[in-house]
Formats: sequence, structure tokens, C-alpha cells
Amino acid sequence: MFGKLSLEAFPLHEPILVISAIVGIIGGAALLGALTYFRKWGWLWNEWFTSVDHKKLGIMYFIAALIMLLRGFADALMMRTQQAIAAGGSAGILPPDHYDQIFTAHGVIMIFFVAMPMVIGLMNLVVPLQIGARDVAFPFLNNLSFWLFAVSAVLINISLFVGEFATTGWLAYAPLSGIEYSPGVGVDYWIWALQISGVGTTLTGINFFVTILKMRTKGMTLFRMPIFTWTALCSNVIIIASFPILTATVAMLTLDRYLGMNFFTNDMGGNVMMYVNLIWAWGHPEVYILILPAFGVFSEVIATFARKRLFGYHTMVWATIAITVLSFIVWLHHFFTMGAGANVNAFFGIMTMIIAIPTGVKVFNWIFTIFRGRLELTSPVLWTLGFIITFTIGGMTGVMLALPAANFVLHNSLFVIAHFHNVIIGGVVFGMMAGLTYWFPKAFGFVLDEKWGKRAFWCWLIGFYVAFIPPYILSFYGAVRRMQSYPNAEWQPYMIIAFIGALIIAAGIACTLIQVVVSVRNRKAYEDVTGDPWDGRTLEWSTSSPAPFYNFAHLPVVGDIDSFWTQKQRSNEQAENTPYTDIHMPKNTTAGPIISVFALIFGFAMVWHIWWLAAFGAVGMLVSFLGRVFNDDIDYYVPAAEVERIERAHQQRVEAQA
Amino acid sequence: MQQPSYWRRTGTLVLIALCLLLAGCSSALMDPKGVIGETQRSLILSSFGLMLIVVIPVIVMTIVFGWYYRRSNTMAEYLPDWAHSNWIEAIVWLVPVVIVAILGMIAWKSSHDLDPHRALENEEVAELEIQAVALDWKWLFIYPEQGIATVNEVAFPVDTPVRFRVSSGSVMNSFFIPQLGSQIYAMAGMDNDVYLESNEIGTYSGRSTNYSGAGFSGMVFDAHVTSEADFEAWVAEVAQSPDTLTYPEGYSELAERSSFHPVEYFSDVTPEFYERLVSSFHTGSDPDTDTQDAPRAPAVDSNEAYQTTDNQADGEAEDGQAVSNEAGE
Repeated sequence: MFGKLSLEAFPLHEPILVISAIVGIIGGAALLGALTYFRKWGWLWNEWFTSVDHKKLGIMYFIAALIMLLRGFADALMMRTQQAIAAGGSAGILPPDHYDQIFTAHGVIMIFFVAMPMVIGLMNLVVPLQIGARDVAFPFLNNLSFWLFAVSAVLINISLFVGEFATTGWLAYAPLSGIEYSPGVGVDYWIWALQISGVGTTLTGINFFVTILKMRTKGMTLFRMPIFTWTALCSNVIIIASFPILTATVAMLTLDRYLGMNFFTNDMGGNVMMYVNLIWAWGHPEVYILILPAFGVFSEVIATFARKRLFGYHTMVWATIAITVLSFIVWLHHFFTMGAGANVNAFFGIMTMIIAIPTGVKVFNWIFTIFRGRLELTSPVLWTLGFIITFTIGGMTGVMLALPAANFVLHNSLFVIAHFHNVIIGGVVFGMMAGLTYWFPKAFGFVLDEKWGKRAFWCWLIGFYVAFIPPYILSFYGAVRRMQSYPNAEWQPYMIIAFIGALIIAAGIACTLIQVVVSVRNRKAYEDVTGDPWDGRTLEWSTSSPAPFYNFAHLPVVGDIDSFWTQKQRSNEQAENTPYTDIHMPKNTTAGPIISVFALIFGFAMVWHIWWLAAFGAVGMLVSFLGRVFNDDIDYYVPAAEVERIERAHQQRVEAQA
Repeated sequence: MQQPSYWRRTGTLVLIALCLLLAGCSSALMDPKGVIGETQRSLILSSFGLMLIVVIPVIVMTIVFGWYYRRSNTMAEYLPDWAHSNWIEAIVWLVPVVIVAILGMIAWKSSHDLDPHRALENEEVAELEIQAVALDWKWLFIYPEQGIATVNEVAFPVDTPVRFRVSSGSVMNSFFIPQLGSQIYAMAGMDNDVYLESNEIGTYSGRSTNYSGAGFSGMVFDAHVTSEADFEAWVAEVAQSPDTLTYPEGYSELAERSSFHPVEYFSDVTPEFYERLVSSFHTGSDPDTDTQDAPRAPAVDSNEAYQTTDNQADGEAEDGQAVSNEAGE
């Protein structure tokens, strides 16, 4: 009846989990109670959950990502605590089984459920506005993508309290992730969380690819697109090309585990090396999916706050395209030590180094954008400057790892850990924090508190170096990743320093949370009425903040790069006397959340081998999807009068403030 | 062996300059005990030095420009529409291209010179073969010539090229002795290899670097590099052990999960233990059910199967060697 699920699956003997479960239940009950008490359910459902508005979806992605960041960071703190204690024969506080789940969950959560939703959330919030569109190409799919991601996040959190999570490392290398070596449900949670969110990500990739190619406003040729849109385009191309590899690989692993097939088993003709190749053929492009939009954010931020055109726009675009292409031919650098021949290793090593060329050019272009500019040292700029320095160091250690012969001693060591945190924290996290601060007023109509933003930046920057220089050093002593304990007592001081670094980063996260609270409290003082708080350059700043649901009353016409900036330079007074027209908009959809809830039921049932429930979930998904397919009532027209009323109100606010 | 001396020399210079920066002069990788590790140290340091040519200017420029062109400094030049300069663009492309070209050549040459499958030439001493098998979670070392085996302890004479043939009876692991240099993956059914040589007597710690499950942290061993005489004595000591290792029965027992496994000595090993273990993954048979004379995996046949089907690693090593000997390729 309940498959593998029994009372033993509930970890009542683990005090940490019981406490977090109790806290979670109380917190959840309080939240649900508050929603009921303030009668907000209808509002939440109608205005947010079923919304197809890309801006609202972007905000929901960000909120979900921040919640998951707290979960992923709690894992990081536990790992740092464990390693700070478990030296010289001490077992530390976490037994291997628990520790291994934590580092696996940390990696999976931070990549799939923090970095990805932040990047996708930012694309949602910004891209349609930047290209002068009223929504994305497939608004329903956009909503569905979000909910598929959200239920996967729920599924991965269920694994905390029901059963266990994978103890395989975030990429679940076969044969360790096979049924023979991982008979529990942990890997199955990993499989279904990735598969469900992976479908969402693929749909997002297709959606934004089409949106950017087909829905640009009049006059916006490809080479007039803002750089963030360019990086989003390239990022989505990589999603479309790489995520099917992940889906297929995980599907084959699923067949191995569920139906006893032998794609990736040790014997019976299985090939574990194929698994490693395939997972990295997706995995390496994945890091560029994350970093390219961050590059885009920095390009926007630096040009805006230096009050100067981005240096070498065309170079930036071509460098981005070059990185996109190269990202697919470097995957083998993750396993030079597998034993391929020297020619193969040298090829992939050199290809990897070649990526450093366009990346280096980008770095110089940002620097020369500052050159002869008027740089306002706001918190997004601080994130950008911190990024340039930190990311350059991370790039350098990356090239060292790309030398196959050097990789033979650095592989799997803490050097790798320090390197990728160096580029992911220094690149993606800093980029998302800069982007969040930069576009926050566009989403909410008021700016974020600068003082707390700068504090967050300094904590993150200092915390990063304190936390990740020790692992660089330890790697030279032979310390490797994923150690639950280590006999070498002399490593302990470095591990304690790294732990302190993690605490400083925790303070940075706390500063961001305080920043949001302080800003919300002072939202009247921080209000941005004009829609253009930074004196911006691109189209998203030409509409009000928060942007109306239809984005633009009149679709803008673009004459060059940074069109809005030139427009502002040319004429301060714009006689907008064109009459308003009806606007064609998509209707909200209940199908997204409903299909996704069935997907959650399906995933959970598959994890626990509850076949009847899985069938129910699958049929539910199909039926609700068909219901959507045959629903013709999906769009409507906003009457011109309504548009005029909203636009008038905005103008009156602007005039009242002036 | 071809001595990659040109970058070793530059590397040594850079080493002196950068030693302080690394704060780890006495660390395993910065204090290598063998020719492979020494070359890798030089490689790490020279690539680090080369890239500082870009990294230091970037850091300095970021800070200087960020400060000098700050908004309050109205003395600084301000050209809001200046966004292109052929000179600057040429330089920012050229400098990384040149550095990557140099690094690319170093990468190509060092990949071949330090190919783990490449035999180390040593005219005076014959090569020693040791077979290393990763198990859950310990290392089994088999000395085919001496007919002995050990667990979690390996010994070999100083200044002698050692060919480690590396495989796994379980999941993927990686065989690594940091102070001697290169690591290589241990995979079931694969006969991987890495050549190492130590030129200093001592005890060096080794471990698996590739996470392999709950007991992974305890998958450590000691590598004793000894004099020739001490090695003979050590072999004799192991040969005194009352324990022997048979395949598949003794192996199945040893393969049971354990972490921080104590050192064990086996005075005798079933012939072709390693080959039979590797090929056991090719026929689909299970070591637990496989009997010594099972018709589907007879000893001789399986050895042949292993020789013909799974010698890619060796084949590539030979190819690599042939290529690098003819420098024109």
C-alpha cells in the first residue's frame, strides 16, 4: 500500500532533524494561520500563484531562492562545524551518513534551488522589460516552469523529514548512486527533484529563447539588445542544448535503479565512465548558464553607475557567444584523472584555457567602462568591483586546474572546492546580489537600504576570503573534498578559520535580510516614483516602478544601444499624445500549480515505490494538462480606458513629487 | 625520461619569489619527494606566475579606477560616450591570447611528459609493479612478482620506478600519494595505471581522493619508501604472515565494508588475482557467486579477455609515448 514507506522513514532518533521539523511545522502553521486570519488566501492565489505576469514570477523565484539559500547555508555551516571539530581522530558531531547527506544536499540545493532560480528569476523580471515586450512568449509555460521548480524544492525538503537524501555527492556518480551501493531512497529523491525541476528549466529555456528572438520591440535589432538580454539569450541556448543531456542521463540512472538495467553499473556491460562524461557534458555548460547572466548584470550595473556607455559592446557580445560555444567542449577537464590519453587531456585542457580569453576580455571591458566615467559607489557597484577582483582570482585557479598535469595533484582536493566557490560566490552570488539591489525598485517601487546593502557586501567579501583561502592552502597538504573526518590534526586551525569565514558570510546573509526589513519599513522614504531611480540606460527604466502588468502603455521604439539614455539626453519633455489602445494580455492560469502538485505527488510516490499513487499523479498531470490544452479562454483585452487611467495615475504621482 | 627542464628552471625561480605567498612551502605538493611531483610543483608555480601578469594589473586597475573615477572626483576626466578604442581592444585581446598560447603549449607538453600511463625510464633499476585495488573502504596492494599482498600499507624502494596498476572492486575511487605526484581513478573492470617514483626515503600518506561512500574518510594508507635492503626485509616480513589471500573466497571476505581498516599482510596471493578481479566485471559474474572454475569465467580465458578488451589505458599510454618521442607530431 505504501511501498517502501513505513514509520521507520521518519528520523525520530535524530535530534537535529526533529527540532528543525518542529520549528518548520510551527513556522508553517503560523504562516498558514496568518494567511487565514488576514484572509489573504484569495489574494495569494489570484494575484500570485496563478499569475502569468513575468515580474511576479520573477519575484516568486527570488523569494523561493532566498528561502532555499537559508537551507543550503545551514548545510554549509554544519559542514564547516563538522570539519572544524573532526580532526586527529575525533568523529565530530555528524556521523558519515548524515554528513554525506548534508554535503550532497548543499551542492544540489545551492546549484539547482538557489543559483538557478535566482538567475531565472532575474531573467523573468528583467528580460521582457528590456526588450520592450508585454510578457514572455509562453506565459502559461512560464508559470508552469516556476511551479515545477517550486514543487521540486518541496520534494527535496520532504527528504529531510521523510526518509533520507542521497549520500553520493551532488552529481551522484555511478556506480555509487546505483541500487547496489545506494539502496535507500536518497538517490531517488535526487532523481525526481532534478527531473521535475529540470523539465521546468528546459521549458524556461525554450520560453526565453523564443521571447528574446521573437518579441523584441520595434527597432531593437540583436545588436541593440542590452547586454543582460544577450547573456540571458546565450544562457537559454545553453539550457536548451544541455538540459536534455541531464534529463536523459538521470533517466538512464532511473532505469538502472528501478528496472534493473545496466547503463551505469560496474558489470553486465554498464559503463560508469559514460555516466561521468554525460553528467559533465551537462554539468559544465550548467556553470555558464549561471555565470553568463551574472556577467550581464555587472555590465548593466557598471555602465549605469559609471554614467557611461559600456566599453566595447560588440566585444562583449562576441565574447559571450564565444563562451557559449566553448562551454560545450571542455567537460572532460572535470576528470583528467580518469586515465584518458595525453592527447585527449591536452585538448580539453587547452580548450578550457581558451575560455579564459573572452572572459578576460570581458573583465577588461568592465574596467575600461569605469575608466573616464563617473562611478557612483553604490552597493551594486561594490558587488561588481568585488566580483572583478574575486572572479579574476577564481579564473586564475581555474586555469591552473585546467592544466592536466597540474590537475593530477589538485583534482578532488580542497583546491577544487575553493576554486568553484571562488567563481560561484564571487561571480554568481555577487552578481545576483547586485542584480537584486539594482532591479529591486523596478519590482517593488522603492529602493533597498544602502547602508545594510554595503554591510552585506563587506561581510560576504571578507567572509568569502576567510572561508576559502584556508582550503586553498590545505589542498597543498593533501586535504580532499568530502572528508567527514581527517587524521591530520595540523589541518584543524585552517578548518577553524574557514568556519569563522562561514560565520562572517552568515552575517552577510543576515544583513541582506535586515536590509529587506528596513527597506520595507522605510518604503515611503525610499519610494521611487519616476521609475528611473538610477538614471538608467535601458528600456526597463522607461516605465513606472513597479511596472504596470502590461509593462508599456505604448510599445517603445528603439534607435540604438542604450536607447532610453539617448532618448533622455535628447529631450526632457516627451509629448506623449498618442492615444491609448486596447492591450492584449494573457489570463491567469490555475493549470500551472495544479499540474505541478500532481507532479509532486508523482515524484514522491516514485521515490517510495507507491505505484498506485504514482499512477494517480501521472494521470492527474496528464488530465490537468489536457484541460489546459483544450481551454480557449486564455486571453483578454485591457480596455484603452483602463490603460489611460493607470497611466494618468502614474503621471500624477510623478508630477506631485516634482 | 625526457626532462622537462626548461620550465622546471623557470619554475624554480618563480618558486623562490612566490613561496611566501603560498604559505605552504612545507606542504605535500610544495615539498614533493619524486620527479613527477617536482615537475608538477614547477608547473603549478610557473602557471601561477604567468597568470599574475594579468591578474595583478586587473586587481590594481579595478581598485585604482574605481577610486579615481568616483563620482565626487570632478577632477577626473569624464567622457560619457567614449566606448571604443582599437588600441585598448587590441591589447585586451592580445595579452590573454599570448598568455593562453604559452600556457597551452605548456599544457600540451606537460600532458604528454607527465602522462600517468607513461613509463619512467630508469636504466639502472628494473621497474616494480604493484597492483592497487580500491575496496570499501581500504586499499589492497598486490605484489605480483613477490607473490604477496597488503592492505592499507604499501612499500617500495627509493629511486625505483613503480608502476601502479589501479582498479576497484567497488565504486570509483582515486589513488593518490600527494608527495609523489599524479593520482589516477580506480574503476571496477578497468585496468588503469600510474607511474610514480620517489627519490627520498620516508613515509608518505596516501588516500582515495574520490568520494566513495560512508567510510571514505578512512580510506587512507601509508606509503613507505625504503632502501633496497629494507624493502627486501619488508617483503620477507610480509611473506612471514600466516594469512593468505585467495580469489574469490578470501577476496569476498576482505571486500566487506570497513573503514580505517588495520594494516594486513598476506604471504600468498592467488595467481592472477588482479586480472581475475578486473575481468570479473566483464563477464557479468559476481565475485560472491563466482567459483574458481566457473565455466563462464575460467582463469585463462578471463585473462585473455582482459588483455584484449580492456587494455585501452595501456594502448593509449603507448600511443602517447610514441607521439611524444617523435616531437614533430
